[in-house]
Amino acid sequence: MKLELRKITKKFGDFTANDQIDLVVESGTVHALLGENGAGKSTLMNVLFGLYDADGGEILLDDETRVFAGPGDAMAAGIGMVHQHFMLVPVFTVAENVMLGHEQVRGPAKLLDLEAAREKVREISDRFGFHVDPDAMVEDLSVGAQQRVEIIKALSRDARVLILDEPTAVLTPQETDELLEIVGQLRDSGTAVVLITHKLREVKAIADTITVIRRGKVVGTAEPTASQEELASLMVGRDVSMTVDKDDATPGEPMLRVENLTVIDEDTRIKLLDGVSFEVRGGEILAVAGVQGNGQTELAEAILGVVDAVEGSVTLDGTELMGRSIRDNLDAGIGFVPEDRTEDGVVASFTVANNLILDLYDREPYSKRGAIDPGVVSRNAEEQVEKFDVRTTSTEALTGSLSGGNQQKVVLARELARDLKLLIASQPTRGLDVGSIEFVHKRIIEERDKGVAVVIVSSELDEVYALADRIAVMYHGRIVDIVSPDTDRDTMGLMMAGAHGDEEEAA
Amino acid sequence: MSTTAVETSSAAAGAEAPRTKSWKSTIGLGVVALLSLLFFGFGTPTGVQTTFTIARSSDFIELPSVTVPSRAAAVGLSIVALLLVAWVAYRANQYRKVGIWLPIVFGMAIMGALLTWAGADRSTTTIQLTGLLTSALFLAVPLVFGSLAGTLCERSGIINIAIEGQLLAGAFLAALVASAVGNAYVGLIAAPIAGALVGWLLAVFSTRYWVNQIVVGVVLNLLVLGLTSFFFSTVMSDNPNLNQPLNMPDIAIPVLSSIPVIGPVLFDQNLLVYIMYAVVVIIQIMLFRSRWGLRMRSVGEHPKAADTVGIKVNRTRVRNTVLGGAIAGLGGAFFTVASGLAFGKDMSAGKGYIALAAMILGRWSPKGALAAALLFGFADALQQQLGVIGSPIPSQFLLMLPYLATIFAVAGLVGHSRPPAAEGIPYKK
Repeated sequence: MKLELRKITKKFGDFTANDQIDLVVESGTVHALLGENGAGKSTLMNVLFGLYDADGGEILLDDETRVFAGPGDAMAAGIGMVHQHFMLVPVFTVAENVMLGHEQVRGPAKLLDLEAAREKVREISDRFGFHVDPDAMVEDLSVGAQQRVEIIKALSRDARVLILDEPTAVLTPQETDELLEIVGQLRDSGTAVVLITHKLREVKAIADTITVIRRGKVVGTAEPTASQEELASLMVGRDVSMTVDKDDATPGEPMLRVENLTVIDEDTRIKLLDGVSFEVRGGEILAVAGVQGNGQTELAEAILGVVDAVEGSVTLDGTELMGRSIRDNLDAGIGFVPEDRTEDGVVASFTVANNLILDLYDREPYSKRGAIDPGVVSRNAEEQVEKFDVRTTSTEALTGSLSGGNQQKVVLARELARDLKLLIASQPTRGLDVGSIEFVHKRIIEERDKGVAVVIVSSELDEVYALADRIAVMYHGRIVDIVSPDTDRDTMGLMMAGAHGDEEEAA
Repeated sequence: MSTTAVETSSAAAGAEAPRTKSWKSTIGLGVVALLSLLFFGFGTPTGVQTTFTIARSSDFIELPSVTVPSRAAAVGLSIVALLLVAWVAYRANQYRKVGIWLPIVFGMAIMGALLTWAGADRSTTTIQLTGLLTSALFLAVPLVFGSLAGTLCERSGIINIAIEGQLLAGAFLAALVASAVGNAYVGLIAAPIAGALVGWLLAVFSTRYWVNQIVVGVVLNLLVLGLTSFFFSTVMSDNPNLNQPLNMPDIAIPVLSSIPVIGPVLFDQNLLVYIMYAVVVIIQIMLFRSRWGLRMRSVGEHPKAADTVGIKVNRTRVRNTVLGGAIAGLGGAFFTVASGLAFGKDMSAGKGYIALAAMILGRWSPKGALAAALLFGFADALQQQLGVIGSPIPSQFLLMLPYLATIFAVAGLVGHSRPPAAEGIPYKK
């Protein structure tokens, strides 16, 4: 089936998310939609899928204009979508999830025909070699398997156009390879695949056609033979360097020592961190790699003391941090960039100036005799905004109105304003545009070169490789191994799935 | 090769994750069982007896009364409770949870020990076992309907605190309409309409105006209380023929009702109780095995996922909340027409909140709700029976019994239960 979008326009208030976008996807091809976060890719696909109403333009299937009032219509027309955040009910079985919305019933009581649904799952699963058990609970499945369930769900509705929205964001490198293989199979069976991504490697590996979107507009098309640099500059609108310039680390004395750190989830009694021990020296970057949800978040939070550890010890420059207040730990010289910047990093309804002094508002020089000195606060804000290149209309603008990249710069500016011994940054560049990523990486390396011990938690392997002096791989709350950044991606992927580095090299 | 490695490790993820054991429920239940052994078991003097009358004089088959040595029986029942605790401990050791039956049986055993202790050495009074069970079932009726209503609403994602108001509205309209027509059964048709109306208000405020559902629920309870009290003291007191005590006779089902003990308890009740059996069975099946149930559960768990497969989330929620309200309203008929009473101010007396507890204890399933409601009904019936035989415990404490049972049951002693993930969260596109 041929899908054609003509002059699709979608506005949110004054903001034009999609500006007259044209797109043609032929059946049996993989069409990559490349663009930075916030470029309007997902909006476009949500318009196509009937989740948003377009303000202009038309959708054509096999040269026939179609209007979708909701996802139900889009699906009936043969469009399937695998959302970035899976649309699966965790407490349902695979078969129940697949049948939901177009259930078959049988018998006089019109009860669900689960057997038919199971059969459908088995049939599609066998056709593509998915190995998905129709009776498994979705919440018990790995992320990769859940994604395959999403694909089965789409195919069970005879989707002939399949949209994959950032499908590899949550996958290990091996799972990513598997997914790309599946996409290849789908293409060969005649499905038109739209692959939404900002990862150049994948685009080059699988796409037949590439359309690049920037700020809601199509800025060009490219052949998969184009180099990564070409694609990146098209995506960002200027030349970008794909590598981070950094000198070799000159590690000093051990600064952070974590021993046998254990954290337990109160509800499920699962050990989120299970006896984690490691050391970071001043002037080196330890990157914690791993598939999301393997204890990295808890590790970062337990070091600062945001979550309580049941066991273990954390010492910074010889001082025990466990059992002290977060305030004391910050004063001891920890800078902390939280994983979820909008939730934990900034107060969205505060001004930029106030967010910049969230940690020091009650100290000299910002406060005198119990009252905040607005002049000092605002001068500080002007300086920091300048220094960190925060793009904001004013230091009095609400932080929530800033783009993700600029909010992150506010967080960094605040955290780096103190004298640090240790910088912990969780997913420091998640959702940031390429320009901001470069900036954030540069600042982190500057800190390292000042002799600060740096711990980076990232689920993006590219980032891990770009920054790390050493890499700790986490799996199920444990550190599988700490390796050098020379370790190749395949080995890394296996370690992220729990296999020990040494064993793999031996095998 | 590498594929297989990833496959196996991720498949085994659940089992492999390191966990610690939780002894909370073991300790909690254990303390209760030990207290029961100490007070009711060893607190009963030796050599005395408790007499249980099993059959009623009107029964077809005469069964002799059973007289048991009090101390041995109370100790025995406490030991049963302790064995149940041991089972909880065994399961906890394997990281597994126990079924809903356990807290129910546990509660029954403890209350049985209490009953034996209270009835010890009273040659003049006997414990009416059949009567006790009959009234337990009957008192459970509004709780069952109420917790079914809660289950339907919460499974679709709306928190229904307004069960209390729905019960009261049902009780009021049932009495009013039945009195006006002069037929108790007509009340059974009117009651669900009143409940549905309250449910509809809850649904509209929750889905269209995104008001905090707990606040709306509480406000609706107060609204219904105020309105019914107003009409009670104006319209009803001016026209006494609009609020008459009408009776709904018990219908004995042939053959089944002659079974000893079970017969009179289960099959010699009025129509509302039989409707309750049917509603529990139907909802239990439909909730888990029908298209309606699957869609309802999906909007309560992950509304966005339901939306992306073309299910109208808010419409589903409104419909099921109205249906839930209707069921609670029907349960409200219990207080008036099904009990042979005229309407009285605030006659639901907090039963709606206990129904909410029964829903949680029953883990949002109809059969669990039934079991939990029966436990609370039993506590209530026990309290009444103890009042009759005259127990050493002050009556004020006895009146607390159903509520104590509720608190114990809900306060984590049954282990952590998981509510529908999206309950209470308005769905906005």
